[in-house]
Amino acid sequence: MAVAEHTGQDGAPAEAGYKTPAQAEHTPAPWVPTVIAEDLHIVYRVYGGAKGKGSATAALNRIVRRKPGGNMREVHAVRGVSFTAYRGQAIGLIGSNGSGKSTLLKAIAGLLPAESGKVYTDGQPSLLGVNAAMMNDLTGERNVVLGGLAMGMSREEIQQRYQEIVDFSGINEKGDFITLPMRTYSSGMAARLRFSIAAAKRHDVLMIDEALATGDKKFQKRSEKRIRELRKEAGTVFLVSHNNKSIRDTCERVLWLEKGRLMLDGPTEDVLKEYEKFTSK
Amino acid sequence: MSETTHDSADSADSAVGVVPPPSPDDRLTSAELAVKYGLSVSGARPSLPEYVRQLWARRHFILAFSRAKLLAQYSQAKLGQLWQVATPLLNAAVYFLIFGIIMGGREGIPGGSGRYIPFLVTGVFVFTFTQTSVLNGVRAISSNLGLVRALHFPRASLPISISLQQLQQLLFSMIVLVVILLGFREMPGLTWLLIVPVLACQFVFNTGLALIMARLGSKTPDLAQLMPFITRTWLYASGVMFSLPYMLSKHDAPHWLVQVMQANPATVYMDLMRYSLIDEYTLNDMSHYAWPLALVWAIVIGVGGFVFFWKSEERYGRG
Repeated sequence: MAVAEHTGQDGAPAEAGYKTPAQAEHTPAPWVPTVIAEDLHIVYRVYGGAKGKGSATAALNRIVRRKPGGNMREVHAVRGVSFTAYRGQAIGLIGSNGSGKSTLLKAIAGLLPAESGKVYTDGQPSLLGVNAAMMNDLTGERNVVLGGLAMGMSREEIQQRYQEIVDFSGINEKGDFITLPMRTYSSGMAARLRFSIAAAKRHDVLMIDEALATGDKKFQKRSEKRIRELRKEAGTVFLVSHNNKSIRDTCERVLWLEKGRLMLDGPTEDVLKEYEKFTSK
Repeated sequence: MSETTHDSADSADSAVGVVPPPSPDDRLTSAELAVKYGLSVSGARPSLPEYVRQLWARRHFILAFSRAKLLAQYSQAKLGQLWQVATPLLNAAVYFLIFGIIMGGREGIPGGSGRYIPFLVTGVFVFTFTQTSVLNGVRAISSNLGLVRALHFPRASLPISISLQQLQQLLFSMIVLVVILLGFREMPGLTWLLIVPVLACQFVFNTGLALIMARLGSKTPDLAQLMPFITRTWLYASGVMFSLPYMLSKHDAPHWLVQVMQANPATVYMDLMRYSLIDEYTLNDMSHYAWPLALVWAIVIGVGGFVFFWKSEERYGRG
């Protein structure tokens, strides 16, 4: 049951959510927000995407006339999104390609500046995407250590968890691949290793951008399990996916974005029903 | 696993899990709510002391990253780590051929032209330390964009580890240098200990420069194309392969010009290193203010570069 799950996963705070409002008054922190987005707008400024001339003389002309925005175009990717995410929630993000899902995650992670509006977060959110390249010239082994250190883990902590990370990634299932440079990995293997490194640490807010789509069935099962564990450690998980099944399996709440606007925000089944109606049109 | 499927199967139940019950929090604005629960604005730049603290917490990362980069540098070459020493040595050989033999740069070297090779090799190694810190510093953010966009860590870790990588590279080169010096009967003396403060100052200076270049390079990628020309000009103006005061006096340069040219940080660090290692190189062969200059350059560029880089911390790797 959902109730049982919530009481089990992070103790007092979420538990209080099931009390009556009167009872909630007495509890100091009934629902703890971890991410608050308030009327968030994000605008990309793209250089070199102008419809005008891209020639050298045009570029020179711009420099001489001190017009910096000569070949700049603006793309309004997220338009006024507001929501509050709470501790222990797993939230799915759905929407067609180019609807602003990844952009929204980047803004939450603090990697993109907001044009207007604000994002407040609990601690430092971590974004885990498919294109998050690591150091390709180095072995998988070194990438595990470096990734862990970069995330702020101590050397001892990494040593303790090293085997766990490698086993989780399944890189060594078909031979000793962890000692090979990462450039020799297939894209699926690299994505699995990246996920395993990032998932080794406890995150207050973890955002996963279609990372699970690259792994095989077995790995997907493992990572879904790990996502549930991360939620139990009182974190908030965001998941971008085009696979409605994996959203159903992991998330209880879904945000549906379309053309940068928040279409629906609610329980997974309700939102997915509407979304499936919309996509089958 | 069954627990979550229940979530979605029973939507009336999960609705309770999605929307919070009415609470006094509802009256709060987002900003007030954020303050109440200790949330912070995402991606905001930390204060300078906080930034230094974060950076210190990542010291193991910085060290491991610089070592890993050093090892990866020649991982595709057949001779591997041998290039670590072969590259600066070949550089010195080319300069010896062109400036030492063809253009006659051996004139005016303290201690006579027999001291030219120690003079040249020391200069090349010391200048390369600064030069590569600058050139790699420009690309510090852009060549690690994947890392920057995937993980959160103080971005200054990248340029700092680049300059640390170059320091380790220089220590490799120093082994070759010592062999060459011994070959020219420059025996180790107490002045050799001076290389420690000289290298420390130069390292801080290089780090500051790498930080400055990293910020500029992240804004203007064109700099990566331009910098090789600037560093090459700097190389020729620094007296790496000829004696600066001798060449200037040959062309009747005024005294103040010699003073200014010798205050060039690259020249200062090279001169001090030569003074430490080569017996014939005396304090009269360099700027009278070499030691204070070494310290001032290190502090000004080191601290200034760090603050300059930090000012833009929240903007690296965006877009």
